[in-house]
Amino acid sequence: MNFNLNGRAYSATPAPGQCLRTFVRDLGWYGVKKGCDGGDCGACTVWVDDKPVHSCLYPAFRAEGRSVTTIEGLAGSDGTLHPMQQAFLDAQGFQCGYCTAGMIMTGAALTDEQKQDLPQALKGNLCRCTGYGSIRDAFAGVKNVARDLPGKSTGASVPNPFAHDIVTGRARYTTDVPPPEGMLHLKVLRSPHAHARIKSIDKSKALAVAGVVDVFTWEDVPRKLFTTAIHEDNRVDPDDTYVLDNVARFVGQRIAAVIADTEGAAEQGCRELEVEFEVLPAVFDPEDAMLPGAPQLHDKGEFSRAVRPEQNIFLELHGEIGNVEKGFAQADAIYEDTYFAPRQQHVHLETMQTITWRGEDGRYHVRTSVQGPFIVRSKLCFIFGLNLADVHVFAERVGGGFGGKQDMMSEDLPLLATLKTGRPVKWEFTREEQFIGATTKHPMKTHVKIGATRDGTITAIQYRVVSNTGGYGNHGGETLANGMSGPWAIYKCPNKKGDGYAVYTNLQCGGGFRGYGTSQTTFAIESAVDELSHMLGIDPIEFRRKNVVGPNDNMESAWREATDLTMGSYGLDQCIDAIEKALRGERGRAKPKGEHWLEGSGMALSMLDCVPPTEQRSGSEAELLEDGRYHFTVGSTEIGNGLVTAQQQVVAQTMGCSTSRVSLLNADTDKTPYDSGTFASVGMMVPTKAVENAALALREKILGYASRHSGEKPEHCRLEDDHVLCGRRKIALTSLYAAGTKEGVEFTAFRKAYGSPRTVAFIAYGVRLAVHRITGEIVILYSAEAVDAGVVMNPHQLRGQVVGGVVMGVGYALQEKMLYDDAGAVTNPTLRNYRIPAIADAPETDVFFAETYDKIGPLGSKSIAENTNNPVAPAIGNALRVATGIRFTTLPFTEDRVFAKLQAVV
Amino acid sequence: MNLNTITEVKRPRTLDEIQGWRTGNAWLGGGTWLFSEPQIHTDTLIDLERLGWPSLTPSADGLEIAATCRIAELYAFKAPEEWTAASLVHECCRSFLSSFKIWNEATIGGNIVMSLPAGPMISLTVALEGAYELWPRDGEARRIAAVDFVTGDHANVLRAGELLRGVHLPVNALRKRYAFRRSSLTHLGRSSVLLIGTREMDEVLVTVTAATVRPIQLRFRNSPTERVIRETIENEIPMALYLNDPHGSPQHRHHLTHHFTREICEELFAL
Repeated sequence: MNFNLNGRAYSATPAPGQCLRTFVRDLGWYGVKKGCDGGDCGACTVWVDDKPVHSCLYPAFRAEGRSVTTIEGLAGSDGTLHPMQQAFLDAQGFQCGYCTAGMIMTGAALTDEQKQDLPQALKGNLCRCTGYGSIRDAFAGVKNVARDLPGKSTGASVPNPFAHDIVTGRARYTTDVPPPEGMLHLKVLRSPHAHARIKSIDKSKALAVAGVVDVFTWEDVPRKLFTTAIHEDNRVDPDDTYVLDNVARFVGQRIAAVIADTEGAAEQGCRELEVEFEVLPAVFDPEDAMLPGAPQLHDKGEFSRAVRPEQNIFLELHGEIGNVEKGFAQADAIYEDTYFAPRQQHVHLETMQTITWRGEDGRYHVRTSVQGPFIVRSKLCFIFGLNLADVHVFAERVGGGFGGKQDMMSEDLPLLATLKTGRPVKWEFTREEQFIGATTKHPMKTHVKIGATRDGTITAIQYRVVSNTGGYGNHGGETLANGMSGPWAIYKCPNKKGDGYAVYTNLQCGGGFRGYGTSQTTFAIESAVDELSHMLGIDPIEFRRKNVVGPNDNMESAWREATDLTMGSYGLDQCIDAIEKALRGERGRAKPKGEHWLEGSGMALSMLDCVPPTEQRSGSEAELLEDGRYHFTVGSTEIGNGLVTAQQQVVAQTMGCSTSRVSLLNADTDKTPYDSGTFASVGMMVPTKAVENAALALREKILGYASRHSGEKPEHCRLEDDHVLCGRRKIALTSLYAAGTKEGVEFTAFRKAYGSPRTVAFIAYGVRLAVHRITGEIVILYSAEAVDAGVVMNPHQLRGQVVGGVVMGVGYALQEKMLYDDAGAVTNPTLRNYRIPAIADAPETDVFFAETYDKIGPLGSKSIAENTNNPVAPAIGNALRVATGIRFTTLPFTEDRVFAKLQAVV
Repeated sequence: MNLNTITEVKRPRTLDEIQGWRTGNAWLGGGTWLFSEPQIHTDTLIDLERLGWPSLTPSADGLEIAATCRIAELYAFKAPEEWTAASLVHECCRSFLSSFKIWNEATIGGNIVMSLPAGPMISLTVALEGAYELWPRDGEARRIAAVDFVTGDHANVLRAGELLRGVHLPVNALRKRYAFRRSSLTHLGRSSVLLIGTREMDEVLVTVTAATVRPIQLRFRNSPTERVIRETIENEIPMALYLNDPHGSPQHRHHLTHHFTREICEELFAL
């Protein structure tokens, strides 16, 4: 059929049931993204005859005779950006950038009237990173870009180096590349049972499907146990997983993989597989799973490292400082209750996806969407018996992570298939697979008991945490330990006791998730502290102020924290003051009209360990180039965290230049030094510290040579943008480079950084809301977060991380819920039925920065973004408590859950 | 998404080109539902687009809407001023969870035959006392009251291969005064309840949708007491009919149905 695409005439024929999204991508227009493939997220928005449509729902054959425009065709033929592209560029209205093409294609099609009502106009465009703050800015014509002045980039909102590629659709995510010659497609059959043993798998019908090349089952994979969790020390997680297992431990576990010439044939092959299961008894509640007689999930002996496999306990932790019994005896008021913090899916808009191939170099290449390429390489080598030198793992650009890509989920099967066939293989998770077969936040039940004296001094805190790690234990122990630490250490109290259990059940696995266990327990402690303050008749903010750790206090939960955790800076007091003032101020909306609306304010705190206690290291290679610019490599991953921008800024600040003179390459096991992975808030603290170390070393090298070359003393030489000032003489870096290399000087430096000592960061969040006494509707009237991130490297980016975290927290507090049927299957695995916040749900948030200088982090800064979501749910619960007098203890607080209790409120 | 099981697409200009019906066939309207989920039991799409049915035909009798009318066309329709209830079109279109971009392709017929409890075109056409014209594969066209079409969550009276041809909205309903109430668990999200009341003389007709697995109509005369309202709802809507899905619990839907019915009666009888 003939049609027009981005101004060019095309003659091409789609498959009968093909959608326009894949059809234009097959023609090389990769700006069109897949977020959900079901019409809900808008990442695939294109225009057909100038009308915006979701191309995943548009039958490709209907494009016949029509004109299709993708993001790549929006700019003028001379490259002049469309005003909407320019607006997104000026506002830096993106983070990972995966939703941006769809946002711009939608925005550029809006009438002026529609632009007045963005909640309606953008309800079909989801973003998981920004919280919509910078997207609103784009529509309002706000410029969030500061001038890039040499040597003055610290504290300046310099633009993201990928910005232009993002707004023009040229940024390349995992599958945005022409498929390697002869590429096969991989699909998996997933378990329909929560617990079952495979008795037999008959492949014959599947292999008979035209186009199917091979089928792999548990009998075809190395019988090696490993963990999908990405950690430098793989022993913190249980080795309880096979590439393919003969026992299914949750609905959605992969059972077999089919590779075929087309995705359709691979899907058909999966449907033709005949699997005979012996269905086993299943257990879904972790408390039930610990009882005698419960079905036992794992019997893998010493390798599983489970402390009590017969009770399905992977890990239990117990600790006490002081004596809680005595502490409660001293208390005038004691509060206790049980809080339930459920699952949350990451919903990074780019699903997990991987392409593997064997290169002409005879090595295996893995192009993937992951937060830790080096550890993935180690795992792949372990499983398949390969040498590290033979495997290359890299991520060019990742469309969001939030911890979801801190597991090896999509790399092993394609590599297996490439090893078996010698051919390139691609595997793309569907959105449904993200919901049923990937990880989620660990559901945790926390019982908290807390006592204080009449004057408001906390005397004892006791907690019991039960975490549901699902069918496998990846991240189960570390999230439990983390959840039992920071949130409880923020309050000083001589008597604390904690007991925790990470328990296997026949539900899908928990994994790494922004907050890493602390969101769940922060909900409990921050609610309990609030409730206790009400019991004592003390203002909740005052009560917190009296009990939080100060700059000279020890940080202790139920145990002493490792002593490499220190306060490199302290801004909690400033954060609390800022939120108190903000909540007393006039900002925000008024309560809706009507007699049934109740109003209340609440706040909550969070403390973040800026690096995990486990091993974490990184390295950076710095180089002065012939043209006088700098090139740095570092193994960390850009997942929408703004890390590359921050690293450029650290280099520019150190080298006295503008960021435009600095290029950076990330996340590539061939081209960058080793890095443990980008998670656990390490981005600023470890890889960026390595970049700073390398920059300092390179600067010393350049200035040392400049001094020898010019005869000026070293202290009279300094770097200024594109030259060195030696005394009064300016020597261009290009000349210096030419002269130096002639003499055999190598203008390179390699430095490492290590995740110790560690510092802490603080957050306070405040919210004012209204709740309708009859319907249960909750409206956020005002939202503010204050963060202590040390020296703020890039205010716009940091604000984006804060607003994005707040909105993710609002989703957790008010709307996101994963539902299961009685057999353990997820019943809402789509974005229309699992609702992440759209722009209509996202409150505007005032952001405040504490002024501190961190002694440990690079250039005085420290990490913060991971925990920005943590205090949101408890603060909303605390505001609801003030508005209604009722304490809600189960998230999310949806209308249909809260309304019943509200009927008693007068 | 790609529908990889589809092996053939037919694009007839008249329905005579389509003989008989077999399992595996599917009528294709806008495609916005069909392409949103795998359709593994479907191998043939029969595209309605080229049939060229006129989308909107207003007359003295009311409004004819072709099943293939796009939501965007309906949204843009300028009704005669005396059709006071025509503003419900906007209310109902805006009740879609989906974006205006979807409206450019999605059809009125598609939303109705999908028979989702929260289908706002069902709410609209039932509240405006519409009638549907159905074309069976064999035999004569038949008409059915809109309220009787949907029989349950994703279930309706269509027989295999039977086609929804269009909707007639009668002029007397279009001239009524109305009250609109909707609730969803997220802002502008999928309706958990969608109630529309219309008034003619001393009668108020309340159409309950989204809350229940099928549309239900309640009639009230004069100004009913709270007790009458309560008893009418309890008699007409057994608890089992309230929907339980990710967009709301049956208890909340029951509660809001009572609350909004009271509000609607109060509002309309006060006129």
